[in-house]
Amino acid sequence: MKRSTNFIVCLSVLLIGFVITVVDAALQSEQMTPLIGRSADLVSRLGLTDLALFTEARYTRHPTQSDIHSAFQDHPGALEHFPSGSFVQPPMGDLP
Amino acid sequence: MIAMLRKHKYFIDYTLGIMLRHKGKSLGLLTVYTLIIFLLASVMLFSHAMRREAVTLLANSPEIIVQRIQAGRSVMLPADYLQRIGNLRGVTEKRGRLWGYYYDPAVKANYTIMASEQDHLSLNDIVIGAGIARTRGLAVGDYLTLRSYQGKAFSFKVLKLLESESELISSDLLLINSDAYRRLFGIDESLYTDLVLSVRNPREIQKIAEKLTLLLPDSRPILRDEILRTYESLFSWRQGVMLILLLGSVLAFVIFAWDKASGLSAEERKEIGILKAVGWETSEVMRMKFWEGAIISLVAFFCGYLAAYLHVFYTSAGLFEPVLKGWSVLYPSFQLTPSVDGLQLATLFFFTVLPYTLATIVPVWRSSITDPDLVMR
Repeated sequence: MKRSTNFIVCLSVLLIGFVITVVDAALQSEQMTPLIGRSADLVSRLGLTDLALFTEARYTRHPTQSDIHSAFQDHPGALEHFPSGSFVQPPMGDLP
Repeated sequence: MIAMLRKHKYFIDYTLGIMLRHKGKSLGLLTVYTLIIFLLASVMLFSHAMRREAVTLLANSPEIIVQRIQAGRSVMLPADYLQRIGNLRGVTEKRGRLWGYYYDPAVKANYTIMASEQDHLSLNDIVIGAGIARTRGLAVGDYLTLRSYQGKAFSFKVLKLLESESELISSDLLLINSDAYRRLFGIDESLYTDLVLSVRNPREIQKIAEKLTLLLPDSRPILRDEILRTYESLFSWRQGVMLILLLGSVLAFVIFAWDKASGLSAEERKEIGILKAVGWETSEVMRMKFWEGAIISLVAFFCGYLAAYLHVFYTSAGLFEPVLKGWSVLYPSFQLTPSVDGLQLATLFFFTVLPYTLATIVPVWRSSITDPDLVMR
């Protein structure tokens, strides 16, 4: 087989892979709809407001509910409100 | 048409021949290029899927939450605020919520603890999130002991576990009876953590929030739209941070690729001269070089994207987990719903494939319009 034919075959395989990802995303999204629906029901039943992704502090666990002047509150890019935040280091002994 | 296609096939043959002659260089470039696309595509796919998941789940969160602010901090809210609100037009339901945090020194983790009326729990029952069950090794029927505000131990029997599919929102959640909640934290009947208001017509939410701030001047209404906006920007920001961290490697690649693509070596210049001398036209030399750029960038783009898709949706973005996990002990185990944002993908394609391909053509065009004799010297 010529080199160009090999390349075209390779590119076609990659393209098919790309199409498969799009189809897979659509199919999986459909399959996961009932599961997401159940989670959404829990959100609605308990009145949940935030994702349980970052549980280390109040303002990371519930960024939408935290005090106005806590970190991330104005917008998530606001790591620290005031420069003093960069001088105070966390208590190293308590690190997990 | 067929003749033109055949001609391009010959160009590809010839270009691949040249690339195989410099196997090490071509493979090195392809690997670095693929890696860069893989990282960029992973960040894009992950952030997009997270944003979509958050917005889908939290679309059912309460329309309005009312917090009480005292001396600049949110504090417990008197139950009579429910009466003070009265019958606001458009509000279909209003109720107080009891929730807070419980620090468990045994696993050094913060739990979110909430009173639930709908689960019909008795005083000693508890429903726990899958993350807590995993971390503490608890199953249905086991006992979980929590220390009250007076230091007294309260033992709760695990009635059920929250579904593991909902870990993204409930991993660290503890649900108990409202009386048990009040006894545990020493909160009397006259207080709630916040109020939740249901509004039938979404267009009335803003107006109701305005009325609330007039009725309860020390309150802070949080609207559902604000919750959704926070998550939109949270993941945009995380994506931005990751992209900035990647910027160094992207720039290194840009310099490397630009140097490789735009600065023609003496050997390459000589090769162009020979091609011109044996009768190749400028357009043909350029087409040949176009294929060189296109082959590398197309293969790198597709390989990088496919690897990123598998990484994000089939290995739960394992590479990003340490970054997201931070200090949290109860990081949820969750499977993201795959979703591909065409616009983001197109942006990635135009910012990676096109510049490299163009960067290969321009210097070739410059050399190939000069006299072959001069180029070969």
